[in-house]
Amino acid sequence: DKTRKNIMGGVDAVLGGFTQIDEDLFEELEEALIMADMGVQTTMSIVENLRKRVKREHATDPSLIKGMLADEITTILSDGVQEEESLPNPSVILVIGVNGVGKTTTIGKLASRYKSEGRTVLLAAADTFRAAAIDQLEVWGQRSGIEVIKQEENSDPAAVVFDAVHAAKNQKSDLLICDTAGRLHNKKNLMEELRKIGKVIEREHPNAHKEVYLVLDATTGQNALQQAKLFQEVADITGIILTKLDGTAKGGIVVAIKSELQIPVRYIGVGESINDLQKFDAREFAKALFGE
Amino acid sequence: MAFENLSAKLQEVFKQLRGKGVLTEDDVKAAMREVKIALLEADVNFKIVKDFIKTVTDRAVGVEVLQGLNPGQQVIKIVNEELISLMGSTQSRLTYSNRPPTVYMMVGLQGAGKTTSSGKLAGQLRKQGRNPLLVACDIYRPAAIKQLQVVGKNYGIPVFEMGTEVSPVEISKKALEYAAEQHHDVVLIDTAGRLHINEELMQELLDIKATVRPQEVLLVVDAMTGQDAVTVAGSFDSQLGVDGIIMTKLDGDARGGAALSVRSVTNKPIKYIGMGEKMEDLEPFYPDRMASRILGMGDVLSLIDKV
Ligand SMILES: Nc1nc2c(ncn2[C@@H]2O[C@H](COP(=O)(O)OP(=O)(O)OP(=O)(O)O)[C@@H](O)[C@H]2O)c(=O)[nH]1
Ligand SMILES: Nc1nc2c(ncn2[C@@H]2O[C@H](COP(=O)(O)OP(=O)(O)OP(=O)(O)O)[C@@H](O)[C@H]2O)c(=O)[nH]1
Ligand SMILES: [Mg+2]
Ligand SMILES: [Mg+2]
Repeated sequence: DKTRKNIMGGVDAVLGGFTQIDEDLFEELEEALIMADMGVQTTMSIVENLRKRVKREHATDPSLIKGMLADEITTILSDGVQEEESLPNPSVILVIGVNGVGKTTTIGKLASRYKSEGRTVLLAAADTFRAAAIDQLEVWGQRSGIEVIKQEENSDPAAVVFDAVHAAKNQKSDLLICDTAGRLHNKKNLMEELRKIGKVIEREHPNAHKEVYLVLDATTGQNALQQAKLFQEVADITGIILTKLDGTAKGGIVVAIKSELQIPVRYIGVGESINDLQKFDAREFAKALFGE
Repeated sequence: MAFENLSAKLQEVFKQLRGKGVLTEDDVKAAMREVKIALLEADVNFKIVKDFIKTVTDRAVGVEVLQGLNPGQQVIKIVNEELISLMGSTQSRLTYSNRPPTVYMMVGLQGAGKTTSSGKLAGQLRKQGRNPLLVACDIYRPAAIKQLQVVGKNYGIPVFEMGTEVSPVEISKKALEYAAEQHHDVVLIDTAGRLHINEELMQELLDIKATVRPQEVLLVVDAMTGQDAVTVAGSFDSQLGVDGIIMTKLDGDARGGAALSVRSVTNKPIKYIGMGEKMEDLEPFYPDRMASRILGMGDVLSLIDKV
């Protein structure tokens, strides 16, 4: 399918030429993992584990390597991760991340997905800052016939969320999804604003289940780790949504994030249309990385 | 961060070296391992790092350890100089057509910052006494036209649009006619974000380009981009021809190794950097500042410079 086709390549070409498992092969693997944005540290530790396993199992056939790599990465990605249950009603989902990663688009896709499960959904336009951010969310709302709670541009985003929570309670909406303005994680005041939004949700809708999705762009390199760390300081991130996997970037940084911060990936974005959102599957992702 | 201590690590590598005359191949090799890791952690592309290390190694082996500099600092000095030279050494400015209007075309991946940068650039050109026109050629992204209109309104720049039912090629053509009538001397074309592997949409850019004959095609690249920066920039450049690069979101804390990747794969200058979401936040690019940022060691470098 769409994702697989574009994620593939790279390692396949690398592994083709080898007749035995030797240091050269491990070096090529390191290169491929780094080129997938896995990061130096994570790459080293993955390849180290691979070396040990090859030794332990007396493996000599290079064609076994891909499977072992996929095992290794799948283990990191799924270690300790509960298979996500269907969200309970009512739930409030807060969507956060740096500028331009795909938050609003992902919300449009999620909303449509939940609605097709037969749930009632409300959207909160709490990006009151970026030009036409509210209009953009409204277009997505219209696409699946979902109401958007909004205020004027430049109004207080926490106030929008406050309104939206009350609207959701009054209408007995199953789900409320809150869009937020893109913000770089090193901007203290904007991060505090996010903390405040989280508090409003907690205070005004104590009985609702809460999800906080951090949206990451697969094109992003090592900085995504820093993003995850700093967003985690102001919000209880429950999952990552990795967008733009329909490009040529591999999004390998989520492996580093999972291994360092234990944040699981929940969905992947594979295009700009309403159906281009898929549940994340660790094994598929790991296999696709290496063209299995 | 792992990186802040590149300098410390190099000191460690060269600990035994004090007092020795010249750097041997072995000395340098150990140091280059650390440099390599530092560059990779800054998101410089793996292949570019490989080439770079070779160049620096060649320069460093046999170097005489100078009075007043320890070998670690000396290696950093060479690394820094090579980084700057790779990034173009001097500042590169926007060029203007001698037959106005000067047309700039903004292109790039989704969410890179094209629309925002178009607005900022138009606003700054206006301040310099020019009369820019913004053109809304993104007919795909929800509310893209509205976004450009809001930005245009904030900065007092007119926006040419024909809705979402007319092709971007047609819009760009009409925009040029309009610009001529209204005596706009600069036209900035905001295009939709697209993947470099989307043939249909890359063709659309080629068609727009053929229609408007831009003075410059400006590729907008997110500074947080990882290893894929070379693929993206290389691909836009080979398919479309890129004249300059705008690197956005440098107000974050990304090391910005993509700057080096993009520059070396296209050999096109970085003309501006985005340092925020407001009009003033589009700044000229300084290769030396970018080099210290990639190395994560501004202070160390200024110290070395003084020696
Ligand atoms: N190819 C591709 N493009 C995507 C994907 N998700 C989002 N986009 C595009 O990325 C661009 C930015 O998406 P937005 O949803 O506006 O991102 P955002 O995070 O809300 O941006 P800000 O609110 O400005 O911070 C748009 O052009 C989207 O169409 C994806 O999975 N694949
Ligand atoms: N912090 C920061 N944000 C920026 C910068 N440049 C752009 N942005 C933000 O990045 C997000 C995406 O910017 P856009 O201008 O919409 O990007 P685009 O390339 O036009 O996106 P598409 O049209 O969807 O492809 C917005 O939230 C902008 O405000 C910058 O230099 N710094
Ligand atoms: Mg948004
Ligand atoms: Mg745009």
